[in-house]
Amino acid sequence: MPQLAIRDLRKSFKDAVVLDGVTLDVEPGEIVCVFGPSGAGKTVLLRLVAGVETCDSGVVALAGRDVTEAPPETRGVGMAFQNFALFPHMSAFDNIASPLTARRAAPATIKTKVEKIAALLKIGHVLEHAPRELSNGQKQRTALARALVADPKVLLLDDPLRNVDAKLRYEMRLELPSLLKASGATALYVTQDYKEAMALGDRIAVLIDGRFVQVATPGAIYREPASIGVARLFGDPTVNLIPVEPVIRPEGLTVHIAGCIVPLSRRYEHAAGRACMLGVRPEAILVDESPMADGFPVELEAVTPLNEKTLLLLRANDGRELLASEAGEDAAPRRHGVAHARFDPDALLLFDAASGERIPPKA
Amino acid sequence: MEHTSGLERALRGVALALIVVFFLFPILWIFLMSFQTNEEILRIPPSPFFTPTLGNYAALISGKLTTVSGTLDIAFMRNLWNSVLLSTASVAIALVLGVPAAYAFARFKFRLGEDIAFTLLSFRFAPPLLVLLPLSLYFQQLGLTDTYAGLIWVYQLIALPLILWIVRGYFEDISPDIEHAYRVAGHSWWSTFTRIAVPLAGPGIAAAGLLAFIFCWNNFVFALILASADKQPVTVGALAFVTASGIQYGQIAAAIVLSVTPTLALALYAQRYLVEGLSLGAVKG
Repeated sequence: MPQLAIRDLRKSFKDAVVLDGVTLDVEPGEIVCVFGPSGAGKTVLLRLVAGVETCDSGVVALAGRDVTEAPPETRGVGMAFQNFALFPHMSAFDNIASPLTARRAAPATIKTKVEKIAALLKIGHVLEHAPRELSNGQKQRTALARALVADPKVLLLDDPLRNVDAKLRYEMRLELPSLLKASGATALYVTQDYKEAMALGDRIAVLIDGRFVQVATPGAIYREPASIGVARLFGDPTVNLIPVEPVIRPEGLTVHIAGCIVPLSRRYEHAAGRACMLGVRPEAILVDESPMADGFPVELEAVTPLNEKTLLLLRANDGRELLASEAGEDAAPRRHGVAHARFDPDALLLFDAASGERIPPKA
Repeated sequence: MEHTSGLERALRGVALALIVVFFLFPILWIFLMSFQTNEEILRIPPSPFFTPTLGNYAALISGKLTTVSGTLDIAFMRNLWNSVLLSTASVAIALVLGVPAAYAFARFKFRLGEDIAFTLLSFRFAPPLLVLLPLSLYFQQLGLTDTYAGLIWVYQLIALPLILWIVRGYFEDISPDIEHAYRVAGHSWWSTFTRIAVPLAGPGIAAAGLLAFIFCWNNFVFALILASADKQPVTVGALAFVTASGIQYGQIAAAIVLSVTPTLALALYAQRYLVEGLSLGAVKG
């Protein structure tokens, strides 16, 4: 039985439909990242699960119990808000202790539990401080501690790393998975950062315009995105999209790109003759100074070395820009000018141009 | 840092001094008058030098007003007590009713909500005398004329709208997520209201209560028409100093000093909380 079950949840504010029939099952102990562009309805979904907002229709069930109409205090979930939402007139200790006082725990138990979670989150030394005396990072940890302290079965995290600086975000991205696994809670984690979603989620639920367009493991979403929209959201730099129309030739399935013929896997034969979009991840473009089999000439216009990879801006003969990336900094020294590019045939994605949905290859 | 020339600073000092003198001189003068006899007050030219007397205060506290034409009984201490009772009870009731109402108007959207809130505010628009005439007739029918309960009820016209509208603004300033967080933690609606919303709106509630108290304290017409001597507050009671043998300036001054003292003390006391509350403002992340 799923720990958290969401069935066909709908919510509108006035005329604006925010959630348009959302369904999701989260298994016990699983971390599901709800990822999507801003305004997709991620926060509203979390608030509906927490019970601080009421849905128009649909069902929310926790451990098999229908809580759709239940007030938030009876649901027993832990939640960390995006803006922390600490109680400004209480010390960090009392903030963290509030779920325990609500459960009428003994003062000694409260003290032990709060100190334990505070030590885990490295805020043991600021427990007596008021929220206004805490740094942003400490506030964020206090909010997390408050969500975790009562060992909730379901944990709702609303973009908790959004309001903290880059260094801390990176640190927390490393710490959070083990912290969440240690707590054993089922977590719904909202984020706008695809890297965060990939790093933290057992599965990622991609929410676009109030609907889940894909719910899958991070690897599956990257390798087999359900649509052009999903493919664009994951990856930095974003996927290259080229309009193509596959044709069957004697030598196999091919597409025309910039006046050259580029081969495509035979497993896409059922897409022949359809208007398609070819999705090419930057790392699936191989660039060399000498011509390659199945390659095509490009102009290498810019080289941007980052620490872990180098970005190459290519221009094909028809003026189309392509972004390629290579692992490592300057694996091979690059000069601007004439070069040749080739696509890794196994890493290509093919989408239907009209619907934007991915065309899966035949087995 | 702000850089100001010496001249600018001097001018600013003069301007501040003028403002202080303008506002505080009458109060100082009344304070001095309260220790003088009527003859000393009325001498020409007036002089700040005099032999202080506590006669005015003695007369007020004993309730015996000695004039050239004989001794009059005045109920000043009784009036003062009435003022304290009426204002305190009115503000207390207005807080009990107004703070939850303000919370409802701030947090929940319900049918006619805005209209109800505005109607309550509109009580402050109507000239009191216009309301009083029909009200005095009703009060006679209901047997509320010349009762504390009746006066406290009418004082709600003053205190309730004030508290409702000021406190509502403070509730609206609290991020709803702070309350949501408390409820998700497992606390009921009521304890969220009493432990989160009310403490966070505390400075606003204090300010509104103080203001309402002052408005009630200074009210004149409601008590003048709806109450007789033994229920009247100081504002109405002060009329007794206008006697057949002249106006008792010394006693009036002493009465003003005594009647200002409670509101002043309350304001100074509440001020601490107002400032404390403002420094609590670090609500946002």
